[in-house]
Amino acid sequence: MSDNLSKSANSMRNGPDENGRFGDFGGRFVAETLMPLILDLERAYDQAKTDPEFIDELEHLNKHYTGRPSPLYFAERLTEHFGGAKIYFKRDELNHTGSHKINNCLGQILLARRMGKTRIIAETGAGQHGVATATVCARFGFPCVVYMGATDIERQAPNVFRMKLLGAEVIPVTAGHGTLKDAMNEALRDWVTNVNDTYYLIGTAAGPHPYPELVRDFQSVIGREVREQIMAAEGRLPDLLMAAVGGGSNAIGLFHPFLDDADVAMVGVEAGGKGLDGDEHCASLTAGAPGVLHGNRTYLLQDADGQIMDGHSISAGLDYPGIGPEHAWLKETGRVQYVPIMDDEALEAFQLLTRIEGIIPALEPAHALAELAKRAPGMGGDQIVVMNLCGRGDKDVFAVGRHLGIEL
Amino acid sequence: MTARMDARFAALKCADRPALVTFIMGGDPDMATFADILAGLPAAGADIIELGMAFSDPMADGPGVQIAGLRALKAGINLKKLLGAVAEFRRADTETPMVLMGYYNPIYIYGVDAFLADAKAAGVDGLIVVDLPPEEDAELCLPALKAGLNFIRLATPTTDDKRLPKVLSNTSGFVYYVSMTGVTGGELADTDAVGEAVGRIKAHTHVPVCVGFGIKSEQDAATIGRHADGVVVGTAIVNTVAENLTDGRGTDKTIGAVHGLVGALARGVKRART
Repeated sequence: MSDNLSKSANSMRNGPDENGRFGDFGGRFVAETLMPLILDLERAYDQAKTDPEFIDELEHLNKHYTGRPSPLYFAERLTEHFGGAKIYFKRDELNHTGSHKINNCLGQILLARRMGKTRIIAETGAGQHGVATATVCARFGFPCVVYMGATDIERQAPNVFRMKLLGAEVIPVTAGHGTLKDAMNEALRDWVTNVNDTYYLIGTAAGPHPYPELVRDFQSVIGREVREQIMAAEGRLPDLLMAAVGGGSNAIGLFHPFLDDADVAMVGVEAGGKGLDGDEHCASLTAGAPGVLHGNRTYLLQDADGQIMDGHSISAGLDYPGIGPEHAWLKETGRVQYVPIMDDEALEAFQLLTRIEGIIPALEPAHALAELAKRAPGMGGDQIVVMNLCGRGDKDVFAVGRHLGIEL
Repeated sequence: MTARMDARFAALKCADRPALVTFIMGGDPDMATFADILAGLPAAGADIIELGMAFSDPMADGPGVQIAGLRALKAGINLKKLLGAVAEFRRADTETPMVLMGYYNPIYIYGVDAFLADAKAAGVDGLIVVDLPPEEDAELCLPALKAGLNFIRLATPTTDDKRLPKVLSNTSGFVYYVSMTGVTGGELADTDAVGEAVGRIKAHTHVPVCVGFGIKSEQDAATIGRHADGVVVGTAIVNTVAENLTDGRGTDKTIGAVHGLVGALARGVKRART
């Protein structure tokens, strides 16, 4: 989407290049069968993103269907509690379907319709992207197949039922460990089989080019709104942006419109799980190494032989052993700092926000909040932090109850 | 082209029959059984051998090859051990072309230059890397050609005439025509359509065209072999391994069953053009 911000030659916002690379990351590492499909998608998206009709329809849906712009909320009580920087939350958890995922799904469903596709497939981990995909498929009358790891289906029963209510077929994936990466493998196998009629609606800013670019663009509505809203509220840009990163779509959506603003610092928060010493975490940027999976080169959790490991996180939405390629590049350039937060820290932050602001966050942004709790107290009262509250916590109350030893 | 691959296809042309290309998963079901299966493949009738490089996330493979890869990983296979097995095989057989097939990440992590040098030294003739389309040739294809290894490309039903020259441009050894859209182990495609596609590819290249995906039996091999320079069989073989384990372990029965199937497939390619 065009966003009226100037792009200069040394801008950090020009990526990816014509080969789908952000520096050394990204690319098109797919089977030959899929190559013509992703080239078609690239052409279709290049046309759509400058087509006023496409842009208008998406803006209309964002406003009237999703409820955008989402508020930028000054968290007065939490600011007082930490006693440092002024804290603002971008309230993307108030979106229709309860998270930022709908921003991307609306953009892609319009693209699928434009390309004449008649069947939608998607992968999901926590089920938020699956629900958002099933929602837009219901809205636009597409049959929808969602691949979901069998382990995740067990952990996220309410979202599975939501998807089914919305008319989606949810296919359990038992291969591997039955989590998000296995669901993505299975979605790719479906796509490679049903090449003529099927559109693969990827949920995060990862995968083969052009997915990382188009998902980022559809999610960048978050950062563009924050720019306007913070200028209206404070008359200046924030000092620090914070967001949780699993695949990284909500974070890149917040960060991207600010990448050229050198005075705006950015922190992405990964799932540290039970700690980085063992293998029960999902901190691919902090503890992984560059490799090639699911169509792109990026940081991955893998062993010495290049076999991909399964991540662990208390939050199923951060449970992916990779990360979007643009984040890999932003880490290497040093533009964005990435840090891990452990399960128990996220759980504590989850309860803090609930009690102090009356907002139940999803476990994913609770990770970002836990890092915020470490930073805000040390910052000056004249400094401003904006954190993306990318999802609501309704889906997580059962899991949190279990962790707190409460039988629901 | 490596000399071995050239010589093998030249000999098959004289014999007027297609090549039987057999795929087995490296290290499946364990290193010892795998080594015995491998050693006996040429005598059983395999003309070219493909060795799968097991990967945790085989995105283009169906359940048969997926599970074979998991068996091999569980038994401790990695690229170093696989290259060791190739070198061992080469002590007895210097004529059968050997092709490694898999996904890019294990090679990338091994280190491209080191891998190519070690593969060449072990006696590997070519590579098939599923997730490296021509758009990513600088990664491995061009260095492999420079190192004297064949880079065998997959062409598929979605590869149209406009794209075909690009796919064929740096292909050597043979072209692997995937006869259907989908994962390995599916149903056999419409044979007339396969014949047509092979003709279309041959109009663009002098490199031999082998056909795979869905070939399971002697009869399939004979039917597809009418149109192609070679038939590739993979899933049927790894399924035979799976069906002939004893308490999950490889035995002489496993080895015999695989060689038996390969023998039948070899009879199929021998009568393909009669």
